[in-house]
Amino acid sequence: MANVILERLKAKFNAGEILETGSSHGDEWARVEASAWTAVATFLRDDPDTLLDMFVDLTCVDRVDRKLRFDVVLHLRSVAKKHRVRLYAGVDGEAPEIASLVPLWPGANWFEREAFDMFGVRFANHPDLRRILMYPEFIGYPLRKDYPKEKRQPLVRRLPGSV
Amino acid sequence: MERSFNPETPRRVVFGEADVTDYDQQDLPTEVMPLRMGPSHPAMHGTVRMVMDVEGEKIKNVDIQIGYLHRCFEKECEYATWTQVFPYTDRLNYVSPMLNNVGYALAVEKLMGIADRVPERAQFIRVIVGEISRITDHLTCLAAGAMELGAFTVFFYLIKAREWLWELLEEVSGARLTHSYLRIGGVVRDLPDGWCPRLLDVLGKTREAMADADKLLTQNKIFRGRMDGIGIIAKADAAGWGLTGPVGRSTGLDYDVRKDHPYLVYERFDFEVPVGSVGDNFDRYACRLEEIKQSMRILEQAIAKLPAGPFIIADARIALPPKSETYNTIEGMISHFKVIMDGIHVPAGEVYSFTEGGNGELGFYLVSDGTGRPIRCRVRPPCFANTAILSKTLPGLFIADVVPTFGMINMIGGECDR
Repeated sequence: MANVILERLKAKFNAGEILETGSSHGDEWARVEASAWTAVATFLRDDPDTLLDMFVDLTCVDRVDRKLRFDVVLHLRSVAKKHRVRLYAGVDGEAPEIASLVPLWPGANWFEREAFDMFGVRFANHPDLRRILMYPEFIGYPLRKDYPKEKRQPLVRRLPGSV
Repeated sequence: MERSFNPETPRRVVFGEADVTDYDQQDLPTEVMPLRMGPSHPAMHGTVRMVMDVEGEKIKNVDIQIGYLHRCFEKECEYATWTQVFPYTDRLNYVSPMLNNVGYALAVEKLMGIADRVPERAQFIRVIVGEISRITDHLTCLAAGAMELGAFTVFFYLIKAREWLWELLEEVSGARLTHSYLRIGGVVRDLPDGWCPRLLDVLGKTREAMADADKLLTQNKIFRGRMDGIGIIAKADAAGWGLTGPVGRSTGLDYDVRKDHPYLVYERFDFEVPVGSVGDNFDRYACRLEEIKQSMRILEQAIAKLPAGPFIIADARIALPPKSETYNTIEGMISHFKVIMDGIHVPAGEVYSFTEGGNGELGFYLVSDGTGRPIRCRVRPPCFANTAILSKTLPGLFIADVVPTFGMINMIGGECDR
């Protein structure tokens, strides 16, 4: 049943766009070439067989040792068909950038801002790409693996000798 | 619920129409003024800042700024063992900590492939404590929402009921608020003796408190005046904005994880999912009120069907041995040591698991590399999506409408900001 999504994807897109598909722990997933990100998402949202019209989650994973260091991870659900899919797109570690999904799902706005805030992944054509959880003066991207957990960046200057 | 309000003719949602027409005709000069609400504001139960442009008393546009309660949940989890994450999850949605515990435990169990080995009694106990938490979550939202509109009596009625329920959870877990009661594979200890009859007793008292609150609010003209037709969210917006829970259902989007993707033993219970028709504040209020009643139905059925048996999985690699074994046998002590020091070994893989939290779909996306600690522990917070839509809902409303609209969205800072 659920593999309808993956089969539709493989039928519609070529192997250069859908790099890998699979099913693990009951979750269906597909790895998408970053340049095809919007095309794949639009297709999944609008195709009558998949109809993944509900935006669930968008986040990132830092895979330090990979060439494409960051995975942008998108979860979608279909209201009518009640099935789900997870999409990955690998982006480069030096200048991570991928197309924004806000035109498709307005709810992606804050989730993409959070991914930018935490991982420094830029979303092209995002209407308002600002930090969301951290303050604007914050330097660095805290959820990257190379950001030390104990690092502090207090906004308020402390008096000498205070703890 | 009977609605006298007609959604076809919204009273005052469209900017420049309805009851400001008179002013418009008089051509009174207005100019746009910036107004900042929060981050600390008496009518905001949550630390959030709203930067608004107002024209007279009308909001032209608003920027919702969150993050004041960011405590690096996801970063901290990467340095904790799988079990040590439980106390952190308590502090996500801190008015329904048990539901966060349930969501996280199910995610790890899905990744380990042990979901069907969790004893039935543990699954029932999870449903019971989870539904109690859902009731306390909704009670808090209704109570605070009513209080912000001046109905202080209702606040006391409902918070009193919440306290009875929290006392029960305290009895179970030892903590009033940060329970950390669940463990991977089950729960930490069995329900105390005589607890179930006490729960039924409390449910009876809670029903009375709810009936009192219902009488004071639902037909109250002042309350209805500030709820009906205010903060309408269209059903067409719900899916695209990722709205779930009472906020999503109030728009008419019939989605409840417990019904649509049943987990634990929810498919064995008879309950209904209330769905709104207008998507305004009153629908969100009515949905929560009804959900409390449905949760009570689930609780009564769960107590009646509660099976006997173990409350945690019988596997020395996952569950801690009983204290008698830890102290008296070498095997028990070693297994205790291994589980505490190395952490439970979760096979490498990735999983997205979702449950119905107090505010909607609470998802956990976990990445494991096979060691005792997660590589990535992502929470999909329902509040985050629900709060985001305020930037679309609030423009066009009056400043005074921010209070009930924000209250009925029920943003919980701990969950939204993590």
